[in-house]
Amino acid sequence: MLNVYNILETIRMIQDECLDIRTITMGISLLDCIDTDIDKACEKVYNKIVTKAGNLVPVGQQIEKEYGIPIVNKRISVTPIAMLAAACPDGDTVKFAKALQRAADTCGVNFIGGYSALVHKGFSAGDMALIKSIPEALDVTQNICSSVNIGSTKSGINMDAVKLMGQIVKEAAEKTADRDCIGPAKLVVFCNAVEDNPFMAGAFHGVGEPDCEIHVGVSGPGVVRAALTKYPDASINEIADIIKKTAFKITRMGQLVGARASELLGVPFGIVDLSLAPTPAVGDSVAHILEEMGLEMCGTHGTTACLAMLNDAVKKGGVMASSTVGGLSGAFIPVSEDAGMIDAAVAGVLSLEKLEAMTAVCSVGLDMIVVPGDIAPETISAIIADEAAIGMVNSKTTAVRLIPAIGKKEGDTLEFGGLLGSGPVMPIREKSPAKFINRGGRIPAPMQSLKN
Amino acid sequence: MRAVVTVIGKDTVGILHKVSGICAEYNVNVIEVTQSVLQDMFAMIMLVDISAIKGDFSELVDRMTALGTELGLSIHTMHEDIFNSMHSV
Repeated sequence: MLNVYNILETIRMIQDECLDIRTITMGISLLDCIDTDIDKACEKVYNKIVTKAGNLVPVGQQIEKEYGIPIVNKRISVTPIAMLAAACPDGDTVKFAKALQRAADTCGVNFIGGYSALVHKGFSAGDMALIKSIPEALDVTQNICSSVNIGSTKSGINMDAVKLMGQIVKEAAEKTADRDCIGPAKLVVFCNAVEDNPFMAGAFHGVGEPDCEIHVGVSGPGVVRAALTKYPDASINEIADIIKKTAFKITRMGQLVGARASELLGVPFGIVDLSLAPTPAVGDSVAHILEEMGLEMCGTHGTTACLAMLNDAVKKGGVMASSTVGGLSGAFIPVSEDAGMIDAAVAGVLSLEKLEAMTAVCSVGLDMIVVPGDIAPETISAIIADEAAIGMVNSKTTAVRLIPAIGKKEGDTLEFGGLLGSGPVMPIREKSPAKFINRGGRIPAPMQSLKN
Repeated sequence: MRAVVTVIGKDTVGILHKVSGICAEYNVNVIEVTQSVLQDMFAMIMLVDISAIKGDFSELVDRMTALGTELGLSIHTMHEDIFNSMHSV
């Protein structure tokens, strides 16, 4: 039965604590759009997306009204485009990106993800062409996101792909230097990528997924922090319980919105991604939750332990609230998108090394980190390799989204605006890993026993 | 189908009258009203039946929001499912 306290609590969460649905993402398979003629393939891609997702934005707006809960983004994820590009080796792969952009404009969605390739064991037809076209594709489009999976626990790390991605990230930044290097902000390099992720920039629609489905990504760091504020003297296991209860409520809302969207669109419901996704807005920060737990500033000693507990409690609470949990599910730590992380990085308390340790216990990886513009491509590759190794050995998803700030150095700031926020240029190690990166080859898959 | 209308802010004359007036206009039946001063604010919560609503629910939401702006109050009109799903296992 409804009670006054619960009603007011829900309204306060939405009104004052930045509770929102971060995204409803429609996953669309493009396998039936494959054609040896690239222009025909692009036309089929456009038509299929527009047919399936034409109503996505109006339905999202209707649900926002019905439940009074903001849905910040409406997005689409598609089959990795490298699979379509494989059929037309002579075509200009960027045409697919332009077709996706046209579809995004027609549907009015915020992002389309899936300009992607999966090369964790090696390159197949289409993969190399697509990867090489990424900098141009990100330059000539606005709302298209790209991702490349370069490693997995089962197959190891493809070091040739790691080397290539260092160059691609750098090139993407150079091509968009006049627009605050926005290119690499739309590009993620994964280890153990998931097939049903609704969050950008890494969303793509895996081949094991149905033809079309709806995923929901929830948010709510502000709600968790507000809940903790009420218990300043609670022990850590009491705090874990409070986080679980809060995550439960947040996820239930995601489940409700997803089920309703699925009903209105006539498309099966995929998953709820139970994530704490921060925004640069005041009161919507994951770093501030860690500080609420008792750290003077995020990034200091103890941060990894606090984050591990937070991430686990969010999952425990969320799993109870939804029958279909998936995606990345956990706390995100994108530096430029989190007010607390930005402050900690500016103060020099949060370093790249600490972030790397944090990624071993949280949802994704080194996310939205601005590095000096003169960084060597091999250094980017080496950072990717380090991060992929953490994912590979720990059987978890890790990712790298680095932004080389062309023309800027340590102490400068890059401003993206909107959800992407702004980030200080973080220092990197000077010594070169070039010889290691240039060896090429593959890091073999790790042992799954004798875990020490 | 039911919805919850919440009015939060400073008490003034005729709030209930105006809110229920809009409900009547849309053929929305008021089932229950509670009014209290909670957490330093005046709060009225109204449970309404929207199964026989005339017109669109989203129009009703817009009208209520506009009334809130006019009176300097915060008025939310939300489907009851959101509260049920969030607060019960």
